[in-house]
Amino acid sequence: MGNSLEISNWSLFFSTGLLLMAIFVDYKQKLGLGNEIFIAGLRAVVQLFVIGYVLSYVFNLDNVLVTFAMVLFIVFNASYNAHKRSEGMPNSLRISLISLGTGTTLTLGLLIATGTIEWVPSQIVPITGMIASNAMVAVGLTYRALNDKFKDQRQQVLEKLSLGANEKQASMTIIRESIKTGMTPSIDSTKTVGLVSLPGMMSGLIFAGIEPTEAIRYQIVVMFMLIGVTSISSVIASFMSYKQFYNDQKQLISR
Amino acid sequence: MNPPILSLKNVSYQTDQTKILENISFDVQKGENITITGPSGSGKSTLLKMIGSLFTPTSGTIAYKGEQLETIDPLTYRKAVSYFFQNASLFDETVKDNLAFPYEIRDQEIDESQIKTYLKQVELPTSYYDKPVNALSGGEKQRIALVRNLLFKPEVLLLDEITSALDAENQEIILSLLNERNQKDGVTILKVTHDETEIAESTRVIRIVKGRMEDSHGE
Repeated sequence: MGNSLEISNWSLFFSTGLLLMAIFVDYKQKLGLGNEIFIAGLRAVVQLFVIGYVLSYVFNLDNVLVTFAMVLFIVFNASYNAHKRSEGMPNSLRISLISLGTGTTLTLGLLIATGTIEWVPSQIVPITGMIASNAMVAVGLTYRALNDKFKDQRQQVLEKLSLGANEKQASMTIIRESIKTGMTPSIDSTKTVGLVSLPGMMSGLIFAGIEPTEAIRYQIVVMFMLIGVTSISSVIASFMSYKQFYNDQKQLISR
Repeated sequence: MNPPILSLKNVSYQTDQTKILENISFDVQKGENITITGPSGSGKSTLLKMIGSLFTPTSGTIAYKGEQLETIDPLTYRKAVSYFFQNASLFDETVKDNLAFPYEIRDQEIDESQIKTYLKQVELPTSYYDKPVNALSGGEKQRIALVRNLLFKPEVLLLDEITSALDAENQEIILSLLNERNQKDGVTILKVTHDETEIAESTRVIRIVKGRMEDSHGE
């Protein structure tokens, strides 16, 4: 294929022109986003350079404990971000850690057990990143759905409680709908994969010179893995969260 | 003598800044049909919801058959003392989903013949059992919701202006069923209403103005 896979410093420097284009649009349209675009660009450069060097170091080190620490770091960060989307729901950090942790462990475990990937840092770290970030989005969406639905369907929940339902019985419709909300993006992207976008994993492999017929095999695994992890994480997050909407007198808390 | 079925002592409720109810005290005897009246915004609905254990008074106590509410399992209590909304909403897809719910939460077999008897009583054809809920009129929904509350006989029904949005025909159907439960089965009724006929049917009237009880020895 003869792809050149190096970006020179000059190419990198001139790519900031793309950022300048965005800043120009912002200036002309008076969007007031100029600072944010600048900061976002700067952050991306710094964060990626740092992670680039960290990954290089970890891959060369190829140490089980260090790789494991990277996995924990990724899962913790993803959980922390999901927790921030819970709009102040109590115990949401704990719930995020458990739901993302379990989802990631099961999915990663299955991939390793079936020999799809190997326990080498250059495979484990990027795959964990993909799994955890999708789980993070799914759990974040689940939290938002729970918050919205407990607000919108407040009367229905109260009616169910008035009939003598317990918290779970009164919340079941909301729990189901919220799990669906969490899973929808990964199902949708699985349905349209290849038709709308060539996803990152596959694009990356093709870029690196792998035959497309080989690259799609990885992509298939990735899609299934993402459906798996988002379902596990959303289910756990929903079932652990609904009780946070009630007090010990089994009354719906208004928030 | 049996303790009153409900006994309120100095019940108050306030949000951050506003006092909604202040020092409400009264007893309710089994089988009574009590109306709570008063201008809108006077806290009547809040009072009914508190009695229905949907939230807890900021101070004061509510007792059921002589036992303090905090000491009773809320689920058992709400099966006995059940709050009913002004515009009841129906859950899920069909009428069946709604009428099966009281059985499901008790882990019991659905008794279709009992359901159909009730449907007839609220003058709905038994074919309504499988009807989608969004095909029902407001009055029909309210009638189904009432059946949902009556399938397992509650001790006390807390009715929050449940006929205010209904036409005369629907109101008539609902009131006759409620009066029957009250007089035949001794179901205690505590209701908020502005309707003259409903007030006239009640055994006692409690008037609440600006969150306080007004003395009304109107008997």
